[in-house]
Amino acid sequence: MTETPFTGGIVGESRPRREDPALLTGEAKFIDDLQIPGALWLACVRSPHAHARITAIDASAALGIDGVVAVYCGDDLADAWEAPLPCAWPVTDDMKNPAHYPVAQGKANYAGDIVAVVVAESRYAAADGLEGVVVDYEPLDAVVTIEDAESDRVVIHEDCGTNVSYEWPLVPDPDAVEAAFADAAHHVTETFVHQRLIPTAMEPRGVAAVPAPHNGNMTLYSSTQIPHILKVMAAITLGLPEQKIRVIAPSVGGGFGCKLNVYAEEVICMALAQRHGVPVRWTEGRTEASGSTIQGRAQRQTIELAADADGKLTAVRATLLADMGAYLQLVAPGVPLLGAFLYHGLYDVPVYSFTCKSVFTNLTPTDAYRGAGRPEATYAIERAMDALAVAVGVGPDEIRSRNFIPTEKFPYDSPAGLVFDSGNYQPTLDRAKELVDWDGRRAEQVDRRAAGSTTHLGIGISSYVEMCGLAPSRTLAALNYGAGGWESATVRILPTCKVQVVTGVTPHGQGHETCWSMIVADQLGIDPDDVEVLHSDTAISPLGMDTYGSRSLAVGGTAIWMATEQVIEKARAIAAHMLEANADDLEFAGGNFTVKGSPDKEVPLAGVAFGAFTAHDLPEGIQPNLQAQVTFDPSNFVFPFGTHIAVVEVDEATGAVELLDYAAVDDCGNQINPLIVEGQLHGGIVQGVAQALWEDASYDADGQCRAANLADYLVPSAAECIDMKLDYTVTPSPSNPMGVKGIGEAGTIASTPAVMNAVVDALRPMGITDITMPASPMTVRRAIEVATGGAS
Amino acid sequence: MIPAAVDYVRADSAEAAIAALAEAGDEAKLLAGGQSLVPLMRLRLATPSVLVDIGRLDGLSGISIEGDTVGIGALTTHSTLEHSADLAAACPLLAHVAGQVGDPAVRHRGTLGGSLAHADPASDLPAAVLALGGTLVVAGPGGSREIAATDFFTGFLESALGADELLTEVRVPVSTGGWCYQKFNRRAQDWAIVGVAVAEGGAGVALVNMGSTPMRAAGVEAAVAGGASAVDAAAVAADGTEPPTDNNADGDYRAHLSRVLTERALTAAGA
Repeated sequence: MTETPFTGGIVGESRPRREDPALLTGEAKFIDDLQIPGALWLACVRSPHAHARITAIDASAALGIDGVVAVYCGDDLADAWEAPLPCAWPVTDDMKNPAHYPVAQGKANYAGDIVAVVVAESRYAAADGLEGVVVDYEPLDAVVTIEDAESDRVVIHEDCGTNVSYEWPLVPDPDAVEAAFADAAHHVTETFVHQRLIPTAMEPRGVAAVPAPHNGNMTLYSSTQIPHILKVMAAITLGLPEQKIRVIAPSVGGGFGCKLNVYAEEVICMALAQRHGVPVRWTEGRTEASGSTIQGRAQRQTIELAADADGKLTAVRATLLADMGAYLQLVAPGVPLLGAFLYHGLYDVPVYSFTCKSVFTNLTPTDAYRGAGRPEATYAIERAMDALAVAVGVGPDEIRSRNFIPTEKFPYDSPAGLVFDSGNYQPTLDRAKELVDWDGRRAEQVDRRAAGSTTHLGIGISSYVEMCGLAPSRTLAALNYGAGGWESATVRILPTCKVQVVTGVTPHGQGHETCWSMIVADQLGIDPDDVEVLHSDTAISPLGMDTYGSRSLAVGGTAIWMATEQVIEKARAIAAHMLEANADDLEFAGGNFTVKGSPDKEVPLAGVAFGAFTAHDLPEGIQPNLQAQVTFDPSNFVFPFGTHIAVVEVDEATGAVELLDYAAVDDCGNQINPLIVEGQLHGGIVQGVAQALWEDASYDADGQCRAANLADYLVPSAAECIDMKLDYTVTPSPSNPMGVKGIGEAGTIASTPAVMNAVVDALRPMGITDITMPASPMTVRRAIEVATGGAS
Repeated sequence: MIPAAVDYVRADSAEAAIAALAEAGDEAKLLAGGQSLVPLMRLRLATPSVLVDIGRLDGLSGISIEGDTVGIGALTTHSTLEHSADLAAACPLLAHVAGQVGDPAVRHRGTLGGSLAHADPASDLPAAVLALGGTLVVAGPGGSREIAATDFFTGFLESALGADELLTEVRVPVSTGGWCYQKFNRRAQDWAIVGVAVAEGGAGVALVNMGSTPMRAAGVEAAVAGGASAVDAAAVAADGTEPPTDNNADGDYRAHLSRVLTERALTAAGA
């Protein structure tokens, strides 16, 4: 299947991103580049304790510092809030959602919780002011682990009465689950822990709130993924009239989900800009970000597989304990739900059970981080499939082949209640095996073991399917999400036949401008450079649901495609009038309308566009100008899939894991710009490998982050990466007219289990069946010592 | 990441730098490449009242080889050491280790003198200079003096350098015997979790990040001198050390690593 609606020769080409020259030369302006005359600078006094009562705050020393204008504590600003910070995803009706105020009132609930803010004439004075605010704390016992949280030994939010925020079951047929496990020839039970991760966008967050005191307008600049959602939520939180708020996301240096939120600093800057009548701005520091920006993962999962004697799965049962952190951020409760439907992976399983319990801890709040729920689900099933392969006595490739959903079953009614749109899984495994020379590597592994080598080879497979393209609004309603999943686009052809595309999706590094211009140019038969893409400003693009969940192309791109088709149809009607022909007899190709059978009768799109602009001679009932606006609400998610294989070498003496080879064969349907697909995969794969090998936002027993800067939080650099072997299959989605699926998160979803399966594969002859992530040298070495009885 | 206010003095000469230090007392810090000091200032872990900038002093940069001695100006950057063909020929261990410091940006700014004066036990270059049996030349109000590298590192981030003294030159012997530097870390640009520098086939051995100071592995050197095998000599690498604990490694694991890496380094160096 390679159906594509594109015939213009532009879509499908690998084109360099047109955004990059401005981004790379400094011409593009990020939040901290903005020159805002007269702005006051905000600095945040953050609790050094994970859990403490605030007994007194003395700001007198700060107020004596030259340049410090004001200091506010939680009580001073209590009347600024019409509502607490929002959580838009109350997944159950009885979900506990403690009031989360931008500045803590009475108690700090994590190290990093804002307890006071300093406003000063410069960022230096603001930073000096922090040291002049004396806060008296009464430290309380901190809840640091999810197990401790679940026990309710210490209840963090007294008004909730428990640390359990919600429990969410997805068990379509409980009796069938029991029966399947009772009858199973093989019953595999595995427990895995997903450590906390710090998203680490290259650009930390930043905010500038610019008021217009006389007309009541407020412009908020924020390094955010969601200017549209932020506008609505800021209006609700501050009680400001929504039409007075304009939100602009300037160039945004990455997000990975961490800028898919409504943060305290955003509404604090707005409230103080209003109060002082001048702009107020804040730029996050990197160390500050480690405590003040949401973190990802933080789950403990147990997965059980039931299978028959041949290893054919008969049931999957997963239970999850998820750490929400100290408060519920914007979509945090829904993150486990985004994985809840996928714990059976891409395997044909008749019976399914998923339950989740989410708890509060005295740690930085968690929320969506690249993949959001699907990496966790994929990790569980893919690690467990390797365990099942061992139990059955077949290879990890064979166990997967026996269980893949057969191609003829698509669209596939999943046991969790989804409809997988399209899939053809086996070819991705076959091709990935070719790319890493599977048979050769297996032989090498055997040879090394036979020779008694102390550098052990490991080969790990991860086959995945994910659900993205968020999302059908009705499905979101069924999951209790607080908004829809549609996307909006406007396409207008200007009098000179240049094109403006207005989109509600909000890029922060994806290359949207390049891709959207390619789509429209291909449809219209014009040069992509003649297409301007406008976005990320609620005054220019008033309708939008922004960028996350690999939705921009499948939902926002589809809206653009549909709007362009509507423009073409309108142009066709005008062209028919100009050519005195029937509209049905016109062909449109290469930017020209021609009459079938009379190739000399033609009018270029430029002529139609100018005619539509002058409106001197339009057909009856046709309005001037070529413009269309479409809001697209998808009928289903899209389901990209693929197989990744990692080859690692483990040094027995040191425990060091080295990535030797990596192959990824992905299927995201039709590709608009393969170069951008490649880039998304490179970055995504490395981000997932980072969870397997390097990154760990570990906390000590007092709730202090032990990896609060980039010396301790090990984000890999190019030096740690290897050349990845990428290839693709193409199975278009039937759920949208372009046949596309998202690819922004796939690499991260697939790569973590591939690497960990490889590490465990290397060590399995020693009896090792699991390594806690990240597989640091010390962790691996300790596991080897325990397994072999050796000591350091 | 906003440093506290600080006064700034640019020194035109070594004498002027020393005079500025003497005037400011303990609150002054010398600024050379700034690769260690400036991050500490941005985190407000260092809050000097005066920065004495020696970055533009003439005459403190460069590599000269006279007879059996390599003299290196204190302001010579890691990058210069890394790419010097003369140094690679006369003292390949030092040239190689310079190329293992941080990342290219750090190596273009960071200086040999700065690295030694900072006295960080996790730094690469102090171990190389220790293994080579180097000598440090310092200038103060009363003139110049020489300090053996083995006497230079006195405590965590502390050295024998006086508050009003300036490190001007590092001297190491020409050393072309078997050498190796084993740096174990998780990312290329990081400090070593443990490092081992071996010079002259094991006559000089020094350890990185195995205690509060850069240190020689005297036990290993003695074992090699006594004819021990690499395996046997490496077995005593951690003896007498008090390795620190951090996210990457606890003391026991560091001790284990020091033995593994010492064995590898000695073997590679032909011990």
